[in-house]
This record gives sequence, C-alpha cells and structure tokens, in this order.
Amino acid sequence: MDSHAVTATPADHSGLGHDHAHPAYLRHHFETVEQQREATAFGMWLFLLTEIMFFGGMFCAYLIYRNWYYPAFAAASNTLNIWLGTANTAVLITSGFAMAMGVWCAETKRRKGLVISLIFTIVFGLVFLGIKYVEYSEKFELHHVPGADFSISQFVHPSAASHETPLAPDMAEKTQVYFSLYFAMTGMHALHMIIGIAILFWLLYKAQQGAYTDGYVQPIEYFGLYWHFVDIVWIFLFPLLYLINRHPGR
Amino acid sequence: MSTILSLPEQTTATMPKVSYLNKEYGLKSWLLTGDHKRIAIMYLISITFFFFIGGAMAGLIRLELLTPQGDLMASDTYNKLFTMHGVIMVFLFLVPSVPATIGNFVIPMMVGAKDLAFPKINLLSWYLYIIAGTFTISALVLGGVDTGWTFTTPLSTHYLNTHVVTAALGVFVAGFSSIFTGLNFIVTIHRMRAPGMTWFRLPLFCWSNYAASILMVLGTPVLAIAIVLVILERTIGIGVFDPAKGGDPLLFQHLFWFYSHPAVYIMILPGMGVISEVISTFSRKRVFGYTAVAFSSVAIALFGFFVWAHHMFIMGVSNYSALVFSLLTMLVAVPSAIKIFNWSATLYKGSITFETPMLYAIGFIGLFTIGGLTGVFLGSLGMDIHLTETYFIVAHFHFVMVGGMLMAFLSGVHFWWPKMTGRMYPEAMSKLAAIITFIGFNLTFFPQFILGYLGMPRRYHAYPPEFQVLNVFSTAGATVLGIGYLMPMLYMTWSLKYGKIAGPNPWQATGLEWQTQSPPLTENFIETPIVDYEAYDYDWLANKTKHEVTTVG
Repeated sequence: MDSHAVTATPADHSGLGHDHAHPAYLRHHFETVEQQREATAFGMWLFLLTEIMFFGGMFCAYLIYRNWYYPAFAAASNTLNIWLGTANTAVLITSGFAMAMGVWCAETKRRKGLVISLIFTIVFGLVFLGIKYVEYSEKFELHHVPGADFSISQFVHPSAASHETPLAPDMAEKTQVYFSLYFAMTGMHALHMIIGIAILFWLLYKAQQGAYTDGYVQPIEYFGLYWHFVDIVWIFLFPLLYLINRHPGR
Repeated sequence: MSTILSLPEQTTATMPKVSYLNKEYGLKSWLLTGDHKRIAIMYLISITFFFFIGGAMAGLIRLELLTPQGDLMASDTYNKLFTMHGVIMVFLFLVPSVPATIGNFVIPMMVGAKDLAFPKINLLSWYLYIIAGTFTISALVLGGVDTGWTFTTPLSTHYLNTHVVTAALGVFVAGFSSIFTGLNFIVTIHRMRAPGMTWFRLPLFCWSNYAASILMVLGTPVLAIAIVLVILERTIGIGVFDPAKGGDPLLFQHLFWFYSHPAVYIMILPGMGVISEVISTFSRKRVFGYTAVAFSSVAIALFGFFVWAHHMFIMGVSNYSALVFSLLTMLVAVPSAIKIFNWSATLYKGSITFETPMLYAIGFIGLFTIGGLTGVFLGSLGMDIHLTETYFIVAHFHFVMVGGMLMAFLSGVHFWWPKMTGRMYPEAMSKLAAIITFIGFNLTFFPQFILGYLGMPRRYHAYPPEFQVLNVFSTAGATVLGIGYLMPMLYMTWSLKYGKIAGPNPWQATGLEWQTQSPPLTENFIETPIVDYEAYDYDWLANKTKHEVTTVG
C-alpha cells in the first residue's frame, strides 16, 4: 500500500475532490490507477481475441468452400450490389473515424466534442444497418436466401445482359453455401453492430452527464477498440464476399 | 516488511468474528456480490446441483444396462438420457468444476490480490451459467434432446425432432460463462500479483488454471460459432453443414472438436493443479521439478490445440492428416507423463501423511495414468478403428474425467474446505468416502474396458446377453460410486455447523491463502502481502518452526 505515492500518475490528480491517491473510479481491489488501466486494457484485448476466434470459424469455412466451389462463389458474388457494398464500407469507416475522434475528445476532456462524435458514430452505424437491410431484402426478391425458396435458375440460365457463364446445376447448388456464409458472416457482423449501437447509446447518455471527460477515459477507449474491431471484420468481409471476381471491363 | 508465515495452534483456534460469510447478510448481498469467494460458493452449490442431476441420469443408464434387453425404458428415452448426462456433466459440471469454484476462491488469494481483476464479470459469468443451466433443464423438461452431447450434424440439424435448439443455446451460453472465467483468471494472474510474487513463485495451481484459461479463451468461441451455425441451419435453413446445399458435415466435426478436444484439457488441467498443491502439502516437500510441471501445463494447453482430429479418424479425414494427428496425440502424453513422474518424485522421501485430500490425490494419480495410457491406445490409428464407438472409449474418458477430474475436484474441495468454511470435515467419514469412491469407480469403469475391447458399442440400450456379467459388475460399481458421492455431500453439509473449527492453516501449508484467517475477510488480506519466499518452501518452513525467534521480521 505504501507504493501508492511512488506509482501515482498525473492522471490521479485530476480529482473530483476525492483523496488525491484514490480517484473515484479506482476500484477497491486494485492497488493503483496504473494497475487498473493495465488490467482492464489487457482484459479488453483478450476479449477481442475471443471475437477473432469466433469469426475465425466462419472465415475457415469460407476458405474451404471457396476453394472447393470457386465458380459458384464467383457467380454468386457477382450478384451482390457492389455499389451498396462500397458505400457501406465508406459509411462504416466514417463511423470508425467518428469513434476515434470521440476517444481523442475524451482524452483531451472535450465533453461537447465527445457527445457529437458519439452521435455521429451512432448515425453512421445506423446508416450501415439500413443499407444492409436494403441488400438483405434484395436477396429475398432474387430468391438468394438458402432455406427460403432458394432458386438456382439465375445461375444455370443467366440472362444475356449479365455476361455470366452458365453454371452446371450441381455447381449452381453450391451457391447456397456462399449465401449461407454470406448471411452468417454479415449477420454476425450486423449483430455485433447492433450490440455496439446499444452500448453507444448508453455511453452517449453517460457522456452527456459529464462522464469520461474527467480523466477516466477507459470505457470510451475500450469501446473504441470494440468498434474498430467490428470495422476491421467488415474490411475483411467486403473483399471476400463482394470482390471475388470483379475486374475492370466486365 | 516481509510476510510472516504463521503456524498457530490448532486446538485453541476460534472462528473469526468477521469474515466474508458474515460481513453482509441477506439473499441480495449474495446475488449482487462482487466477492470472488461468495461467487465461488454460489458456483459450488450450483454445480453440485447439476452434478447430482447428471449423476441421476448416469444411474438410470446403468440401471437400464443391468439386463441385455431394453426393459426399463425405450431406446428414445435412453438416447435422451445419455445426451443429457453428457451435456450436463461436460458443460455444466466438468468445465466449470475446479476453475469456477476452487479457482475462483483461491486464485486471488494465492497471488495475493483482493479479488479477481473483474468482479462484475465474474458475477456475470455465474449468471450466464445459471441461464445456461435453465436452458438445459428446460430442454430436458420439455421432452429432451437425443443428439448425444456432440450435436452431430446432420442428425442434429435435419433428422431429429427434439429440443436441439434449446439445449444448444444452453451450451452456447455456458460457453460465455467459461470464457469470462478464463479471461478473468488470465488478467488476474498477469496483473494482480502481489509484490514479490514472480511467475516462478506462483503455486502450480495458478499455472495450471492459467493454461486452462488460455484454452477457454481461445477454444470456446469456436464452439460458439459452430453452435450458432447449427442453430441457424436448423431454424432458417442455411447450408454450411448441409451436403444438399454444398456444405460438409465434416466441417462441423472440425469446428466442434477444435473446442471440444481442448475442452478435455480445460477439464483436467485445473485438477492437475489441485493435485500439485495436495501432494506437496502432504509430503511436506516442494513439488519436484517445479518449472517442468509449470511448463508442462502450458505444453498440454499448446499441444491440446493440435490434436482434435483424432476424434475423427473414422469419419473420412485424409490418411496423411490422420497420421499427423495420431503423432501429435502421442506427444500430449509427454507433458502428462512429466506431471505424473514429478508427483511421484515429490512423494519420494517425503513425510507423507494420508489425509483425505491426499487419498483422493493418490487415487487421481493411479486412475489418471490408466485413463491417459488408454488414450495412447486410442490415439494409434489401427487400435482406434477397432475401439472407437465402443465401451473402451467410454471407459477411457470416464477414467480421465471421473477418475481424474472428479477425484481432483473432491480432493480440492476437502483440501480447501477449512479455508472456505472455517470448519473441518469429519476425518474418518471422509476417508471412508474416498476409499468407497475409488473402489466404486474401478468396479464401474474397469469392466467397460473389457466390454469395449470385446466389441460392445456405446449408446445402445440393449446388448447381446454374453456381455451381461461385466455390465452387472459395472452397474453394481455405479451404486457404490453413487454412495461415495452422496457421502461428502451429506457430511460436508453437516460440518458447516458441527465441524471442528479449523483455524487459519490446518495443513501447515505455505501458500498465501493459508496465511489469512479461515474463513477469510472480504478483502482477503489486511495488508497487501509481500512475497519473499519460493512456493512450497517446506524446508524453510521446517527450519522456521525450529528457530521460531530468528526469522520474524
């Protein structure tokens, strides 16, 4: 306990009028603010590691099936709307940028800036989900949803305008695996975004009351890590799902 | 200031006035607690509850197998029983058994911390466990599930009309409970150690739980995604594992066993940690080859991730990968053997006493060795094809899980019971229970090795009459075993009120957790301890008691 005086960091003195060695956010079971920060940061990174393993299962499945059924994957990928996908990528990166600004605002104790950044993060997150909704409903119209009236006719008899090479019926059946993975991967990604947006609303509510700009930035910082992780998953999903067989001049 | 190892007089010990048990009262003070010790107690009660449910099912299974005909129940009912037995015992008992109860209780004290790094997440983990249990029990009450605990596709996704989704959700949620426990342990052991508590002064219990936590954190999410895909396939009809849609059921096996083989080590590693503590304490010796035992835990965790396909030798994996996985499987025997040899070497020339935890620990060493060696049989390709899906496998994993882990769990519960409750269990009764458990266990499961070798397949409710004698032995053993498990339950409860007062350090052990009062304070230590001695320093302790005056200071 004597080591407090030695290891106390400047952040400790930001104080809300509490004992200078014990800021209000220091949990009782940690010795120092430094220890708390190290422990929580480590915990957050470990959690992200579990998330990588979670998505890893699906990426592994994708890797195998894409190797086995490349023509089906390429043909199915070509039916996705690349413009919506690109727009969504831009929207998500913007949302991530807003989040990064939020972390910066929290660190530099700008309450208004933090609130505005969080609002922008939420708005762009919701726009992403909205575009995703449009894409999903398009899949239902095209009968591209496995288990819900799936039809391979578009792949066996492509329209002349599409310049697609027709697939043999048995290979065309394999497009169902592509769309299964498409829905599983983007669905899990969207689920992470929905959870993230719910947490964002909570953070926004607390930030408006003045939290996180008093020297205790960890919740914002760690949520930022989560949000960027969700972004990065999309950065992998976008080329793997949309850009399998795109090249200029098609 | 240095930490003072104290060896107070046992006979005059009194119960401390204030402890974590009586600091606050009322149900709410338990249900909303952040105290790792209270959460450990809640876990202990809940897993005991599920253990007896799972055990009752095992009893019914053995009762059905008393006669060759299927006369007690229909085959469907039998399928549901062994499925539930497996799901409950694996996910709701074995995986959380030692880590979430004993580990939760003693790891923060062993490293000299006030609590785990994330008390609220620890509590969340218990609630998730209860939710998982609720899902599992509802699957049972609503009519059961009969996929086997492995949720094998396409059986689970296409052919069964039982409550697969409910049970699968239970397993999914239980997985998160285990992830949070593992995450908490890793961060605690990394960041919450007391001054002077270096990595190589940590008790081996911390090392083995650390290794198990790595497996929980890295493996469980893969099980989670496999289960999500099964649920999606069953409910909305995606086709990742469905051959009709281009999927491959073998992929499910890969994803499932990528977790479920390491899960075997999640179950056994914390038990090995208990054995290290117990053997060392009751031999009055430092664990022989401390560093080797510590690293063998990590090695088991590491190798554990690269052997999963040995569950799939007969499922059509390529011959070359089968060869590699067979070789890697044999390699796991090396760190396991290091542990067994080092425990034996610890016993050598130790001052051995046969307290109850020690009896269980010695039982563990014998039974785990048999379980482990038969694992080598099963890891070799030719033998596996003969023995897989027979009772040989059933006997093998029960030797490891029940003979190994359950023995270790009981050893640990007896060992730390005085610390948890402040009272001793009845000595004679508990020794009797340990011996009954050992005899009952061998009688139950040893015949199953022979049955399996002779070709009796697992998972059938009827069998040819020539197997009856051995099955009768096995069922008789199960009865004895059941008594062996009921006894601790009863006398432990009895001891809560009538047990002898234990005092802070009834075993004269060196670990930090024994240097506090029993039951401990909510904060564990009055002052943060400073560690300036090695783990299991019984030589030092012996000298210290000899020259009491010279060492305090």
